[in-house]
Amino acid sequence: MSRQPRLALALRAALGFAVLGLAGGPACADGVTADLSSHLIAITSGFSGASVVLFGATEGGGDIIAVVRGPEREMTVWRKGKVAGIWVNAESVTFSNVPSFYTVAASQPIEQIVAPGPAALYRIGTGNLKLQAKPPATPEEAARFNEALIATQQREGLFAVDAGKIAFLGGRLFRATISFPANVPTGTYIVEIFLVRDRDVVSGQTTPLVVSKVGLDAEVSDFATREAAGYGAIAVVAAVVAGWLASLPFRGV
Amino acid sequence: MDIYLPIAEVSLDVFVLLGLGAVVGFLSGVFGVGGGFLLTPLLIFIGVPPAVAVASSANQLVGASVSGVLAHSRRGNVDFKMGFVLLVGGLAGSALGVLLFTWLRRVGQIELTISICYVLMLGTLGFLMAIESVRAVLRQRRPGGVRRKLHQHNWMHGLPLKTRFRRSKLYISALLPIGLGVIVGILSAILGVGGGFLLVPAMIYMLGMPTQVVPGTSLLQIIFVAANVTFLQAYTNRTVDAVLTLVLLIGGVLGAQFGTRFGTRLRGEQLRFLLAMMVLAVAAKLAYDLTIRPPSLFVITTELT
Repeated sequence: MSRQPRLALALRAALGFAVLGLAGGPACADGVTADLSSHLIAITSGFSGASVVLFGATEGGGDIIAVVRGPEREMTVWRKGKVAGIWVNAESVTFSNVPSFYTVAASQPIEQIVAPGPAALYRIGTGNLKLQAKPPATPEEAARFNEALIATQQREGLFAVDAGKIAFLGGRLFRATISFPANVPTGTYIVEIFLVRDRDVVSGQTTPLVVSKVGLDAEVSDFATREAAGYGAIAVVAAVVAGWLASLPFRGV
Repeated sequence: MDIYLPIAEVSLDVFVLLGLGAVVGFLSGVFGVGGGFLLTPLLIFIGVPPAVAVASSANQLVGASVSGVLAHSRRGNVDFKMGFVLLVGGLAGSALGVLLFTWLRRVGQIELTISICYVLMLGTLGFLMAIESVRAVLRQRRPGGVRRKLHQHNWMHGLPLKTRFRRSKLYISALLPIGLGVIVGILSAILGVGGGFLLVPAMIYMLGMPTQVVPGTSLLQIIFVAANVTFLQAYTNRTVDAVLTLVLLIGGVLGAQFGTRFGTRLRGEQLRFLLAMMVLAVAAKLAYDLTIRPPSLFVITTELT
Protein backbone atom coordinates (compact mmCIF):
# COMPACT_ATOMS: atom_id res chain seq x y z
CA MET A 1 0.00 0.00 0.00
CA SER A 2 1.37 3.35 -1.00
CA ARG A 3 1.83 5.98 1.61
CA GLN A 4 0.81 9.03 -0.42
CA PRO A 5 -2.98 8.49 -0.49
CA ARG A 6 -3.04 7.99 3.30
CA LEU A 7 -1.07 11.17 3.86
CA ALA A 8 -3.34 13.10 1.56
CA LEU A 9 -6.34 11.73 3.41
CA ALA A 10 -4.96 12.79 6.77
CA LEU A 11 -4.24 16.27 5.39
CA ARG A 12 -7.71 16.61 3.97
CA ALA A 13 -9.34 15.48 7.20
CA ALA A 14 -7.32 18.02 9.13
CA LEU A 15 -8.03 20.76 6.59
CA GLY A 16 -11.74 20.07 6.98
CA PHE A 17 -11.32 20.86 10.62
CA ALA A 18 -9.61 24.12 9.70
CA VAL A 19 -12.45 25.24 7.45
CA LEU A 20 -14.92 24.87 10.31
CA GLY A 21 -12.88 27.39 12.22
CA LEU A 22 -12.03 27.42 15.87
CA ALA A 23 -14.64 25.62 17.92
CA GLY A 24 -16.38 28.18 20.13
CA GLY A 25 -14.13 30.96 18.87
CA PRO A 26 -15.06 34.10 16.98
CA ALA A 27 -15.46 33.87 13.21
CA CYS A 28 -12.24 34.21 11.27
CA ALA A 29 -13.74 36.53 8.66
CA ASP A 30 -12.24 39.62 10.21
CA GLY A 31 -8.90 39.58 11.93
CA VAL A 32 -6.25 37.06 11.01
CA THR A 33 -5.13 34.92 8.10
CA ALA A 34 -2.15 32.62 8.45
CA ASP A 35 -0.50 29.62 6.89
CA LEU A 36 2.58 27.41 7.20
CA SER A 37 5.46 27.17 4.74
CA SER A 38 4.84 23.43 4.73
CA HIS A 39 2.12 21.19 6.07
CA LEU A 40 4.32 18.12 6.17
CA ILE A 41 7.37 17.32 8.24
CA ALA A 42 8.96 14.24 6.73
CA ILE A 43 11.07 12.10 9.03
CA THR A 44 13.69 10.36 6.93
CA SER A 45 16.70 8.20 7.86
CA GLY A 46 18.95 11.16 8.58
CA PHE A 47 16.30 13.27 10.35
CA SER A 48 17.74 15.63 12.94
CA GLY A 49 14.88 18.05 13.51
CA ALA A 50 13.07 20.50 11.26
CA SER A 51 11.47 23.90 11.27
CA VAL A 52 8.41 25.38 9.65
CA VAL A 53 7.70 29.03 8.97
CA LEU A 54 4.36 30.40 10.14
CA PHE A 55 3.30 33.55 8.31
CA GLY A 56 0.17 35.65 7.97
CA ALA A 57 -1.49 39.02 8.21
CA THR A 58 -3.87 40.75 10.61
CA GLU A 59 -6.56 43.29 9.98
CA GLY A 60 -6.73 46.22 12.31
CA GLY A 61 -3.78 45.44 14.57
CA GLY A 62 -3.44 43.36 17.70
CA ASP A 63 -1.09 40.68 18.96
CA ILE A 64 -0.66 37.13 17.70
CA ILE A 65 -0.29 33.89 19.69
CA ALA A 66 0.35 30.58 17.93
CA VAL A 67 -0.09 27.22 19.67
CA VAL A 68 1.27 23.99 18.14
CA ARG A 69 -0.22 20.83 19.57
CA GLY A 70 0.72 17.23 18.77
CA PRO A 71 -1.72 14.30 18.87
CA GLU A 72 -2.90 13.36 22.35
CA ARG A 73 -1.57 10.24 24.05
CA GLU A 74 -2.11 8.41 27.29
CA MET A 75 1.02 8.81 29.37
CA THR A 76 2.11 7.44 32.72
CA VAL A 77 4.48 9.45 34.90
CA TRP A 78 6.63 7.40 37.27
CA ARG A 79 8.43 8.73 40.28
CA LYS A 80 11.58 6.90 41.24
CA GLY A 81 12.21 6.06 44.88
CA LYS A 82 15.13 4.38 46.61
CA VAL A 83 14.31 0.82 47.69
CA ALA A 84 17.06 -1.27 49.30
CA GLY A 85 19.78 0.96 47.86
CA ILE A 86 18.60 1.01 44.26
CA TRP A 87 16.35 3.38 42.39
CA VAL A 88 13.05 1.89 41.26
CA ASN A 89 9.88 3.24 39.70
CA ALA A 90 7.79 3.63 42.85
CA GLU A 91 4.67 5.77 42.34
CA SER A 92 2.78 6.58 39.18
CA VAL A 93 -0.08 8.69 37.84
CA THR A 94 -1.59 8.15 34.38
CA PHE A 95 -2.88 11.08 32.34
CA SER A 96 -5.29 10.34 29.52
CA ASN A 97 -4.99 13.40 27.26
CA VAL A 98 -1.38 14.55 27.05
CA PRO A 99 -0.40 16.36 23.84
CA SER A 100 2.68 14.55 22.55
CA PHE A 101 4.13 17.92 21.52
CA TYR A 102 3.27 21.44 22.66
CA THR A 103 4.82 24.79 21.88
CA VAL A 104 3.69 28.41 21.91
CA ALA A 105 4.90 31.46 20.00
CA ALA A 106 3.71 35.01 20.63
CA SER A 107 4.44 38.53 19.46
CA GLN A 108 4.83 39.68 23.10
CA PRO A 109 5.12 37.90 26.47
CA ILE A 110 1.87 35.97 26.86
CA GLU A 111 0.93 37.22 30.35
CA GLN A 112 1.07 40.81 29.08
CA ILE A 113 -1.23 40.34 26.10
CA VAL A 114 -3.88 37.86 27.23
CA ALA A 115 -5.92 37.62 30.46
CA PRO A 116 -5.86 34.35 32.49
CA GLY A 117 -9.49 33.58 31.54
CA PRO A 118 -9.13 33.36 27.76
CA ALA A 119 -5.65 31.79 28.14
CA ALA A 120 -7.22 28.95 30.14
CA LEU A 121 -10.16 28.65 27.73
CA TYR A 122 -7.95 28.26 24.66
CA ARG A 123 -5.29 26.25 26.55
CA ILE A 124 -2.51 28.76 25.91
CA GLY A 125 0.63 27.93 27.89
CA THR A 126 1.81 24.70 29.56
CA GLY A 127 -0.06 25.68 32.74
CA ASN A 128 -3.40 25.50 30.89
CA LEU A 129 -3.18 22.03 29.35
CA LYS A 130 -5.95 20.63 31.62
CA LEU A 131 -4.42 17.15 31.79
CA GLN A 132 -6.82 14.58 33.18
CA ALA A 133 -5.40 12.22 35.79
CA LYS A 134 -6.92 8.77 35.88
CA PRO A 135 -8.17 7.43 39.22
CA PRO A 136 -7.01 6.47 41.83
CA ALA A 137 -4.75 9.56 41.86
CA THR A 138 -5.63 12.16 44.49
CA PRO A 139 -5.81 15.82 43.40
CA GLU A 140 -2.52 16.61 45.21
CA GLU A 141 -0.76 13.69 43.54
CA ALA A 142 -2.19 14.67 40.16
CA ALA A 143 -0.91 18.23 40.56
CA ARG A 144 2.56 17.07 41.59
CA PHE A 145 2.86 14.57 38.73
CA ASN A 146 1.37 17.05 36.27
CA GLU A 147 4.18 19.45 37.11
CA ALA A 148 6.78 16.68 36.75
CA LEU A 149 5.34 15.64 33.39
CA ILE A 150 5.62 19.16 32.02
CA ALA A 151 9.18 19.54 33.33
CA THR A 152 10.22 16.20 31.80
CA GLN A 153 8.64 16.95 28.45
CA GLN A 154 10.35 20.37 28.46
CA ARG A 155 13.71 18.72 29.08
CA GLU A 156 13.06 16.38 26.15
CA GLY A 157 12.31 19.40 23.98
CA LEU A 158 8.73 18.24 23.46
CA PHE A 159 7.07 21.02 25.43
CA ALA A 160 7.99 24.67 25.06
CA VAL A 161 10.02 26.22 27.86
CA ASP A 162 9.41 29.80 26.74
CA ALA A 163 7.10 31.19 24.12
CA GLY A 164 8.87 31.63 20.79
CA LYS A 165 8.97 35.00 19.08
CA ILE A 166 6.51 36.12 16.44
CA ALA A 167 7.87 39.12 14.56
CA PHE A 168 5.70 41.77 12.91
CA LEU A 169 6.86 43.22 9.60
CA GLY A 170 5.44 46.68 9.01
CA GLY A 171 2.45 46.48 11.35
CA ARG A 172 0.25 43.88 9.60
CA LEU A 173 2.38 41.02 8.35
CA PHE A 174 3.83 38.56 10.85
CA ARG A 175 6.09 35.56 10.73
CA ALA A 176 7.62 33.03 13.13
CA THR A 177 9.85 29.99 12.84
CA ILE A 178 8.62 26.92 14.69
CA SER A 179 11.32 24.34 15.40
CA PHE A 180 10.80 20.63 15.95
CA PRO A 181 13.44 18.43 17.62
CA ALA A 182 14.75 15.11 16.23
CA ASN A 183 12.52 13.15 18.62
CA VAL A 184 9.30 14.86 17.43
CA PRO A 185 6.35 12.44 17.75
CA THR A 186 4.49 11.50 14.58
CA GLY A 187 0.85 12.25 13.86
CA THR A 188 -1.47 15.05 12.82
CA TYR A 189 -0.73 18.32 14.60
CA ILE A 190 -3.01 21.31 14.97
CA VAL A 191 -1.57 24.81 14.73
CA GLU A 192 -3.89 27.42 16.28
CA ILE A 193 -3.34 31.10 15.55
CA PHE A 194 -5.07 33.56 17.87
CA LEU A 195 -5.54 37.31 17.32
CA VAL A 196 -5.50 39.08 20.68
CA ARG A 197 -6.78 42.57 21.46
CA ASP A 198 -7.38 44.19 24.84
CA ARG A 199 -6.19 41.03 26.60
CA ASP A 200 -8.87 38.90 24.96
CA VAL A 201 -8.90 36.50 22.00
CA VAL A 202 -10.92 38.17 19.25
CA SER A 203 -10.25 35.91 16.30
CA GLY A 204 -8.55 32.68 15.43
CA GLN A 205 -7.67 30.18 12.78
CA THR A 206 -6.41 26.61 12.81
CA THR A 207 -4.28 24.86 10.28
CA PRO A 208 -3.01 21.27 10.22
CA LEU A 209 0.54 19.97 10.19
CA VAL A 210 1.39 16.34 9.55
CA VAL A 211 4.53 14.82 11.05
CA SER A 212 5.17 11.54 9.32
CA LYS A 213 7.90 9.02 8.75
CA VAL A 214 8.58 8.62 5.04
CA GLY A 215 10.58 6.18 2.97
CA LEU A 216 11.69 2.71 4.03
CA ASP A 217 11.63 3.54 7.75
CA ALA A 218 8.01 4.61 7.49
CA GLU A 219 7.10 1.39 5.72
CA VAL A 220 8.86 -0.64 8.40
CA SER A 221 7.30 1.03 11.43
CA ASP A 222 3.91 1.27 9.75
CA PHE A 223 3.98 -2.42 8.93
CA ALA A 224 5.21 -3.32 12.43
CA THR A 225 2.16 -1.61 13.92
CA ARG A 226 -0.53 -2.78 11.51
CA GLU A 227 0.67 -6.31 10.82
CA ALA A 228 2.53 -7.15 14.00
CA ALA A 229 2.41 -10.91 13.39
CA GLY A 230 3.54 -10.64 9.77
CA TYR A 231 6.33 -8.27 10.75
CA GLY A 232 7.53 -10.68 13.45
CA ALA A 233 7.54 -13.57 10.98
CA ILE A 234 9.44 -11.56 8.39
CA ALA A 235 12.00 -10.39 10.96
CA VAL A 236 12.69 -14.03 11.86
CA VAL A 237 12.91 -15.18 8.24
CA ALA A 238 15.18 -12.27 7.30
CA ALA A 239 17.55 -13.11 10.15
CA VAL A 240 17.62 -16.82 9.15
CA VAL A 241 18.37 -15.93 5.53
CA ALA A 242 21.05 -13.44 6.57
CA GLY A 243 22.67 -16.06 8.78
CA TRP A 244 22.57 -18.64 6.01
CA LEU A 245 24.02 -16.22 3.44
CA ALA A 246 26.77 -15.28 5.87
CA SER A 247 27.88 -18.90 6.19
CA LEU A 248 28.04 -19.50 2.41
CA PRO A 249 31.47 -18.01 1.63
CA PHE A 250 32.98 -20.12 4.41
CA ARG A 251 31.56 -23.44 3.33
CA GLY A 252 34.87 -25.00 2.45
CA VAL A 253 36.61 -23.84 5.63
CA MET B 1 26.56 9.03 9.41
CA ASP B 2 23.39 8.74 11.46
CA ILE B 3 20.73 6.20 10.74
CA TYR B 4 17.17 6.52 12.01
CA LEU B 5 15.89 3.37 13.71
CA PRO B 6 12.15 3.28 13.02
CA ILE B 7 11.03 1.24 16.05
CA ALA B 8 13.57 2.49 18.59
CA GLU B 9 12.75 6.02 17.32
CA VAL B 10 16.30 7.27 17.78
CA SER B 11 19.04 8.23 15.34
CA LEU B 12 22.36 6.50 15.93
CA ASP B 13 25.67 6.47 14.09
CA VAL B 14 25.61 3.55 11.67
CA PHE B 15 29.36 2.94 12.14
CA VAL B 16 28.97 2.69 15.90
CA LEU B 17 26.29 0.03 15.37
CA LEU B 18 28.38 -1.83 12.78
CA GLY B 19 31.36 -1.66 15.13
CA LEU B 20 29.27 -2.95 18.02
CA GLY B 21 28.01 -5.82 15.90
CA ALA B 22 31.58 -6.55 14.81
CA VAL B 23 32.95 -6.53 18.37
CA VAL B 24 30.21 -8.87 19.60
CA GLY B 25 30.60 -11.07 16.51
CA PHE B 26 34.36 -11.13 17.03
CA LEU B 27 33.91 -12.26 20.64
CA SER B 28 31.43 -14.92 19.65
CA GLY B 29 33.89 -16.15 17.05
CA VAL B 30 36.74 -16.27 19.56
CA PHE B 31 34.83 -17.72 22.51
CA GLY B 32 31.96 -19.55 20.87
CA VAL B 33 29.27 -17.75 22.87
CA GLY B 34 26.38 -15.91 21.24
CA GLY B 35 27.40 -12.52 22.58
CA GLY B 36 23.82 -11.47 23.33
CA PHE B 37 24.74 -10.94 26.96
CA LEU B 38 27.12 -8.17 25.91
CA LEU B 39 25.13 -6.81 22.97
CA THR B 40 21.99 -5.89 24.90
CA PRO B 41 23.68 -3.85 27.66
CA LEU B 42 25.94 -2.12 25.11
CA LEU B 43 22.91 -1.16 23.02
CA ILE B 44 21.31 0.27 26.17
CA PHE B 45 24.49 2.27 26.89
CA ILE B 46 24.41 3.93 23.47
CA GLY B 47 20.80 5.00 23.88
CA VAL B 48 18.53 2.28 22.51
CA PRO B 49 15.49 1.86 24.80
CA PRO B 50 16.00 -1.33 26.87
CA ALA B 51 12.81 -3.00 25.64
CA VAL B 52 13.85 -2.50 21.99
CA ALA B 53 17.44 -3.56 22.73
CA VAL B 54 16.26 -6.86 24.20
CA ALA B 55 13.86 -7.73 21.40
CA SER B 56 16.23 -6.71 18.59
CA SER B 57 19.12 -8.63 20.13
CA ALA B 58 16.96 -11.74 20.09
CA ASN B 59 16.31 -11.14 16.41
CA GLN B 60 20.02 -10.65 15.69
CA LEU B 61 20.69 -13.88 17.58
CA VAL B 62 18.52 -15.86 15.15
CA GLY B 63 20.78 -14.95 12.25
CA ALA B 64 24.01 -15.39 14.17
CA SER B 65 22.94 -18.84 15.43
CA VAL B 66 21.85 -20.08 12.00
CA SER B 67 25.30 -19.21 10.72
CA GLY B 68 26.90 -21.01 13.67
CA VAL B 69 24.78 -24.18 13.49
CA LEU B 70 25.50 -24.57 9.78
CA ALA B 71 29.22 -24.47 10.49
CA HIS B 72 28.92 -27.01 13.32
CA SER B 73 26.57 -29.41 11.54
CA ARG B 74 29.00 -29.69 8.63
CA ARG B 75 31.39 -31.21 11.14
CA GLY B 76 28.64 -33.46 12.56
CA ASN B 77 28.75 -31.75 15.94
CA VAL B 78 25.02 -31.30 16.48
CA ASP B 79 22.85 -33.66 18.58
CA PHE B 80 19.50 -33.00 16.88
CA LYS B 81 17.49 -35.15 19.27
CA MET B 82 18.86 -33.37 22.32
CA GLY B 83 18.36 -30.04 20.56
CA PHE B 84 14.67 -30.69 19.97
CA VAL B 85 14.03 -31.91 23.51
CA LEU B 86 15.68 -28.72 24.81
CA LEU B 87 13.52 -26.83 22.35
CA VAL B 88 10.24 -28.13 23.81
CA GLY B 89 11.21 -26.54 27.11
CA GLY B 90 12.67 -23.49 25.36
CA LEU B 91 9.48 -22.61 23.49
CA ALA B 92 7.36 -22.94 26.63
CA GLY B 93 9.88 -20.86 28.57
CA SER B 94 10.09 -18.10 25.97
CA ALA B 95 6.29 -17.79 25.73
CA LEU B 96 6.19 -17.53 29.52
CA GLY B 97 9.03 -14.99 29.43
CA VAL B 98 7.27 -12.73 26.91
CA LEU B 99 4.13 -12.74 29.08
CA LEU B 100 6.27 -11.79 32.05
CA PHE B 101 7.97 -9.08 29.96
CA THR B 102 4.61 -7.60 28.92
CA TRP B 103 3.39 -7.58 32.51
CA LEU B 104 6.60 -5.98 33.83
CA ARG B 105 6.37 -3.35 31.13
CA ARG B 106 2.81 -2.50 32.14
CA VAL B 107 3.72 -2.09 35.80
CA GLY B 108 6.72 0.05 34.82
CA GLN B 109 9.43 -2.28 36.16
CA ILE B 110 10.85 -3.76 32.95
CA GLU B 111 13.97 -1.59 32.76
CA LEU B 112 14.80 -2.25 36.41
CA THR B 113 14.31 -6.01 35.98
CA ILE B 114 16.54 -6.08 32.90
CA SER B 115 19.28 -4.16 34.72
CA ILE B 116 19.15 -6.27 37.88
CA CYS B 117 19.13 -9.55 35.96
CA TYR B 118 22.14 -8.39 33.97
CA VAL B 119 24.06 -7.33 37.06
CA LEU B 120 23.46 -10.71 38.74
CA MET B 121 24.10 -12.71 35.60
CA LEU B 122 27.19 -10.86 34.33
CA GLY B 123 28.58 -10.55 37.85
CA THR B 124 28.37 -14.29 38.49
CA LEU B 125 29.54 -15.22 35.02
CA GLY B 126 32.49 -12.83 35.03
CA PHE B 127 33.54 -13.96 38.48
CA LEU B 128 33.40 -17.67 37.58
CA MET B 129 35.24 -17.11 34.31
CA ALA B 130 37.97 -15.11 36.03
CA ILE B 131 38.50 -17.86 38.63
CA GLU B 132 38.45 -20.58 36.02
CA SER B 133 40.99 -18.89 33.77
CA VAL B 134 43.34 -18.15 36.66
CA ARG B 135 43.12 -21.80 37.71
CA ALA B 136 43.82 -22.93 34.16
CA VAL B 137 46.94 -20.78 34.01
CA LEU B 138 48.14 -22.16 37.36
CA ARG B 139 47.40 -25.74 36.28
CA GLN B 140 49.53 -25.27 33.18
CA ARG B 141 52.47 -24.14 35.23
CA ARG B 142 52.08 -27.22 37.47
CA PRO B 143 51.64 -30.15 35.08
CA GLY B 144 50.29 -33.59 36.08
CA GLY B 145 46.83 -32.92 37.58
CA VAL B 146 44.27 -35.48 38.71
CA ARG B 147 41.87 -36.68 36.04
CA ARG B 148 38.21 -36.27 37.05
CA LYS B 149 35.34 -38.67 36.42
CA LEU B 150 33.19 -37.90 33.37
CA HIS B 151 30.08 -37.39 35.50
CA GLN B 152 28.72 -38.54 38.80
CA HIS B 153 25.40 -40.23 39.51
CA ASN B 154 23.05 -38.20 41.69
CA TRP B 155 19.33 -37.46 42.21
CA MET B 156 18.96 -36.25 38.64
CA HIS B 157 19.42 -39.76 37.35
CA GLY B 158 16.41 -40.98 39.34
CA LEU B 159 13.90 -38.86 37.35
CA PRO B 160 11.33 -40.56 35.08
CA LEU B 161 11.05 -40.35 31.25
CA LYS B 162 14.50 -41.78 30.59
CA THR B 163 15.57 -41.24 26.99
CA ARG B 164 18.60 -42.31 24.99
CA PHE B 165 20.58 -39.57 23.21
CA ARG B 166 22.89 -41.45 20.83
CA ARG B 167 24.97 -38.56 19.55
CA SER B 168 25.68 -37.40 23.11
CA LYS B 169 26.18 -40.98 24.38
CA LEU B 170 23.69 -40.34 27.20
CA TYR B 171 20.75 -42.15 28.79
CA ILE B 172 19.01 -39.57 31.00
CA SER B 173 15.57 -38.27 31.91
CA ALA B 174 14.09 -36.00 29.23
CA LEU B 175 12.82 -33.76 32.04
CA LEU B 176 16.35 -32.43 32.60
CA PRO B 177 16.86 -30.89 29.14
CA ILE B 178 13.21 -29.72 29.11
CA GLY B 179 13.63 -27.92 32.44
CA LEU B 180 16.91 -26.42 31.27
CA GLY B 181 15.13 -25.25 28.11
CA VAL B 182 12.39 -23.50 30.13
CA ILE B 183 14.91 -21.51 32.17
CA VAL B 184 16.88 -20.49 29.08
CA GLY B 185 13.64 -19.55 27.28
CA ILE B 186 12.56 -17.20 30.07
CA LEU B 187 16.01 -15.55 30.18
CA SER B 188 15.98 -15.20 26.43
CA ALA B 189 12.67 -13.34 26.43
CA ILE B 190 13.45 -10.99 29.29
CA LEU B 191 17.12 -10.31 28.55
CA GLY B 192 17.49 -10.89 24.81
CA VAL B 193 20.23 -13.43 25.36
CA GLY B 194 20.41 -16.84 23.73
CA GLY B 195 21.47 -18.39 27.00
CA GLY B 196 24.54 -20.05 25.50
CA PHE B 197 26.68 -18.99 28.44
CA LEU B 198 24.21 -20.77 30.75
CA LEU B 199 23.34 -23.66 28.47
CA VAL B 200 26.91 -24.61 27.59
CA PRO B 201 28.16 -25.18 31.16
CA ALA B 202 24.84 -26.83 32.14
CA MET B 203 25.09 -29.24 29.22
CA ILE B 204 28.65 -30.16 30.09
CA TYR B 205 28.45 -30.35 33.88
CA MET B 206 24.77 -31.09 34.56
CA LEU B 207 23.82 -33.33 31.64
CA GLY B 208 27.32 -34.67 31.07
CA MET B 209 27.34 -34.16 27.29
CA PRO B 210 30.61 -34.57 25.34
CA THR B 211 32.19 -31.15 24.85
CA GLN B 212 32.42 -31.19 21.05
CA VAL B 213 28.65 -31.52 20.47
CA VAL B 214 27.74 -28.84 23.03
CA PRO B 215 28.17 -25.56 21.07
CA GLY B 216 26.33 -26.78 17.96
CA THR B 217 23.44 -28.28 19.92
CA SER B 218 23.13 -25.23 22.14
CA LEU B 219 23.06 -22.94 19.08
CA LEU B 220 20.43 -25.15 17.42
CA GLN B 221 17.97 -24.66 20.23
CA ILE B 222 18.88 -20.96 20.52
CA ILE B 223 17.79 -20.40 16.88
CA PHE B 224 14.27 -21.54 17.66
CA VAL B 225 13.98 -19.92 21.06
CA ALA B 226 15.27 -16.60 19.71
CA ALA B 227 12.93 -16.88 16.69
CA ASN B 228 10.01 -17.49 19.04
CA VAL B 229 11.00 -14.54 21.22
CA THR B 230 11.41 -12.27 18.18
CA PHE B 231 7.98 -13.19 16.88
CA LEU B 232 6.22 -12.84 20.24
CA GLN B 233 7.96 -9.55 21.07
CA ALA B 234 7.05 -8.13 17.66
CA TYR B 235 3.47 -9.29 18.11
CA THR B 236 2.77 -8.26 21.70
CA ASN B 237 5.19 -5.41 22.43
CA ARG B 238 6.20 -4.09 18.98
CA THR B 239 9.78 -3.74 20.12
CA VAL B 240 11.71 -5.52 17.33
CA ASP B 241 13.68 -3.03 15.24
CA ALA B 242 14.45 -4.79 11.96
CA VAL B 243 16.79 -2.02 10.75
CA LEU B 244 18.85 -2.22 13.93
CA THR B 245 18.98 -6.02 13.66
CA LEU B 246 20.17 -5.92 10.08
CA VAL B 247 22.98 -3.45 10.76
CA LEU B 248 24.10 -5.50 13.77
CA LEU B 249 24.04 -8.70 11.73
CA ILE B 250 26.24 -7.24 9.01
CA GLY B 251 28.81 -6.14 11.57
CA GLY B 252 28.43 -9.37 13.49
CA VAL B 253 29.04 -11.69 10.55
CA LEU B 254 32.26 -9.89 9.60
CA GLY B 255 33.42 -9.83 13.20
CA ALA B 256 32.67 -13.51 13.71
CA GLN B 257 34.82 -14.56 10.76
CA PHE B 258 37.78 -12.56 12.00
CA GLY B 259 37.12 -13.81 15.51
CA THR B 260 37.17 -17.46 14.51
CA ARG B 261 40.54 -17.08 12.81
CA PHE B 262 41.99 -14.94 15.56
CA GLY B 263 40.71 -17.34 18.23
CA THR B 264 42.66 -20.31 16.90
CA ARG B 265 45.92 -18.41 17.17
CA LEU B 266 45.54 -17.13 20.73
CA ARG B 267 46.15 -18.58 24.16
CA GLY B 268 42.75 -19.51 25.60
CA GLU B 269 43.32 -18.72 29.27
CA GLN B 270 44.53 -15.16 28.89
CA LEU B 271 41.74 -14.48 26.45
CA ARG B 272 39.11 -15.87 28.79
CA PHE B 273 40.51 -13.74 31.58
CA LEU B 274 40.20 -10.66 29.37
CA LEU B 275 36.60 -11.53 28.52
CA ALA B 276 35.88 -12.08 32.22
CA MET B 277 37.22 -8.61 33.03
CA MET B 278 35.09 -7.07 30.29
CA VAL B 279 31.96 -8.85 31.50
CA LEU B 280 32.66 -7.70 35.07
CA ALA B 281 33.17 -4.12 33.88
CA VAL B 282 29.77 -4.13 32.15
CA ALA B 283 28.15 -5.58 35.29
CA ALA B 284 29.83 -2.98 37.50
CA LYS B 285 28.67 -0.11 35.28
CA LEU B 286 25.07 -1.39 35.32
CA ALA B 287 25.16 -1.91 39.11
CA TYR B 288 26.59 1.59 39.61
CA ASP B 289 23.84 3.10 37.45
CA LEU B 290 21.23 1.44 39.65
CA THR B 291 22.52 2.99 42.84
CA ILE B 292 23.33 6.58 41.83
CA ARG B 293 20.57 9.12 42.09
CA PRO B 294 19.10 9.48 38.58
CA PRO B 295 19.39 12.97 37.02
CA SER B 296 15.61 13.08 36.96
CA LEU B 297 13.36 11.33 39.45
CA PHE B 298 10.48 11.26 37.00
CA VAL B 299 10.15 9.16 33.85
CA ILE B 300 7.29 9.05 31.38
CA THR B 301 5.97 5.98 29.58
CA THR B 302 3.56 6.31 26.67
CA GLU B 303 0.86 3.70 26.24
CA LEU B 304 0.82 1.73 22.99
CA THR B 305 -1.79 3.13 20.64
